[in-house]
Amino acid sequence: MIYLDYNATTPVAPEVARAIDLHLGEEFGNPGSDYALGRRAQAAVEQARREAAGLLGCAPDEVVFTSGATEANNLALKGVAWHFGRGRILSSAVEHPAVRQPLAFLAAEGFDVTMLPVDGDGLVDPEAVRRALTPDTILISVMHANNETGAIQPIAEIGAVAREAGVLLHTDAAQSVGKIPVNVDDLKVDYLTLAGHKMYAPKGVGALYVRRGSPLAPLLHGASQEGGRRAGTENVPYLAGLGEACRLGREGLSDFMTRVAALRDLLHRRLREGFPQLILNGPPDARLPNTLNVSFPGFSGRRILAALPELAASLGAACHGDLEEPSPVLTAMGLPRDLALSAVRLSLGRPTSREEVERAAELLLGALQRLTG
Amino acid sequence: MQLIYLDHLSATPLHPQAKEAMIRHIETVFGNPVSDHRVGQRASQALDRARQQVAALIKADPGEIVFTSGGSEANNHALKGIAIGLREKGRRIITTNIEHKSILNALRTLRLLDYQVTSLDVAPHGLVDPAAVEKALTPDTILISVMLANNEIGTIEPIAEIAKIAKKKNIIFHTDAVDAVGVIPVDVKALGVNLLSLAANIFYGPPGVGALYVKKGTPLWPLIDGGMQENKRRAGTENLIGIVGLGAAAEAAVREMPERIPRLQAMRDRLRQGLLERIPEIVINGHPTLNLPHLLSVSFKYVEGESLMLMLDEEGVEVSTRSACASGSLRASHVLISTGLDFATAQGTLLFSFGRDNTDADVDKVLEVLPGIVQTLRDMSPLYKKGHGG
Repeated sequence: MIYLDYNATTPVAPEVARAIDLHLGEEFGNPGSDYALGRRAQAAVEQARREAAGLLGCAPDEVVFTSGATEANNLALKGVAWHFGRGRILSSAVEHPAVRQPLAFLAAEGFDVTMLPVDGDGLVDPEAVRRALTPDTILISVMHANNETGAIQPIAEIGAVAREAGVLLHTDAAQSVGKIPVNVDDLKVDYLTLAGHKMYAPKGVGALYVRRGSPLAPLLHGASQEGGRRAGTENVPYLAGLGEACRLGREGLSDFMTRVAALRDLLHRRLREGFPQLILNGPPDARLPNTLNVSFPGFSGRRILAALPELAASLGAACHGDLEEPSPVLTAMGLPRDLALSAVRLSLGRPTSREEVERAAELLLGALQRLTG
Repeated sequence: MQLIYLDHLSATPLHPQAKEAMIRHIETVFGNPVSDHRVGQRASQALDRARQQVAALIKADPGEIVFTSGGSEANNHALKGIAIGLREKGRRIITTNIEHKSILNALRTLRLLDYQVTSLDVAPHGLVDPAAVEKALTPDTILISVMLANNEIGTIEPIAEIAKIAKKKNIIFHTDAVDAVGVIPVDVKALGVNLLSLAANIFYGPPGVGALYVKKGTPLWPLIDGGMQENKRRAGTENLIGIVGLGAAAEAAVREMPERIPRLQAMRDRLRQGLLERIPEIVINGHPTLNLPHLLSVSFKYVEGESLMLMLDEEGVEVSTRSACASGSLRASHVLISTGLDFATAQGTLLFSFGRDNTDADVDKVLEVLPGIVQTLRDMSPLYKKGHGG
């Protein structure tokens, strides 16, 4: 099988699996315990926190570990909303359900939630953010990179607008961390979401960066883990794994970007050569180096992938994979329904080889021929 | 030095079967369970199997299990999910003074959001009186939450009786069973509860994973919104490896509990008897019969629990002064104070909790070293000398 769905999830890196394995045996202590076994567990968690901080360019105490990106997004959005109690929240039309749904909940609770439109490339205009600001705006939440198209939003520019207005800024960086440089100061964000399983750590672990001094009402109350910001016994093996994944992400980033962008562009070229009507969805340049979202006019993306059991790729985002509706992200970009339904997302990863890319292109073009015939 | 671990309430070592299942899934299955390709299908099958294993542990239907990131999330989800789901019906919640911090602090937040919380006192052994629960009910009560077994003294509460009252009055009943599930047999149908929290790392599963039992038809609102995982009840890409570990640990617990319970109980009773014989002026906390089989809470008068714990650590014996979640604070336990223990005595408490790898030799070691440690510390205590002619 050729796996080209790394934006949905990644395999656990062998180094990460080893780091987890270390804590699945005799080192099972609770970081809250005051004897040697517990203190070693605490040291492992703090080591992971330093690695995550190193990757994001923040201080270790600004990292709050969570059970994943969905929880981190819920924590940031509800945590800020509940702190203020009322007010306006600005977001975008292309957010992941893990941002859209908590915002829908907050809208039902009486918050004034406004989703800003995107242009044909799926990008938010920082000036539109500025125009939407009102005196009672409490938070802006715009994703860093889109999961379906790979479009990279102008977060630093939006951050400048937010700072000028004194409004807090959150970005869901689940898709970008480990794929492009992500630095919380460069991006000028106050909160940033990170997902373990998009960067070769397991599913079920993530983090929220919280800039020192930024308000945050907890989502999970209980004992005083994570500086009182997130209760629950620490998932030590996973945190050790996430720390290792952060280290690998930081050390391998520039090589990864160069290599995967070349392979992604090769795949794009091969598909265009065999099928000239191919349409690229998303911006040509401001895009994750591993993501290729293309429409095959006249074909159904679902039928193309159904004809290719040996290729693992996605239609819309994995999280709404069981809906026949066209992707809300592509729709928000102005794609007509038939073109949106003809889209396929191919996302490459660290293990992807040139052979796999060549073979995937052959398979896809072959399927088009069979479906035509 | 051979390490003797007697703090299974803080964390349990991973069961070999759970570890084996988890490592297999780290290596072979990495699909996102909701993607519709074959990798995703394998992941989805693993998820279904774990759901069946957990359901079997508490005699629930698989569709009634919602996986969470642990006991704290399950408790927060139950309380806030019902508070939001039934806010039109009423705003009063009944609970007790001896709940875990994840219940106490979640309720503190709900109070800030204009919910009223009635917190009931307990009898000296830590028992909640069902009649007191019934008396506390008001027409606007939407939820009762009482823990199944206490994490500091081990007392097992009369959950089935309280559930009958809740059912009669048509009120949702949640029980925090984190310290009971996988330790003693738990049957949600016999208990008659609507919601029940459990956590894997209490019964030799991994940390960071747990579940909330949600009886069919319970009006629970999600705590974490997002994708449609867990039948729209809990968003977030499933923690597949952790969930597989939880499932395997649940299966192992079902198989091993019948043999383990009497064995742990015998060790615990031998420790209790031995301490009573060797060390004067101690108090055994919790109910004498209605208690968890693996737990012993003992208060040693005239000494600090923290000092006892550190001196035992030097002897290679790892115990807790109270639950790990509350360690780091030197305040006396709210549970012990609620059961009527005075502040000074509560400060001198050790919590022993046995596990599947402990042996009689571990009990012997504690009985060998602890009397000397207690005497050394008491000899340094001015209070002790005053009362004992020193």
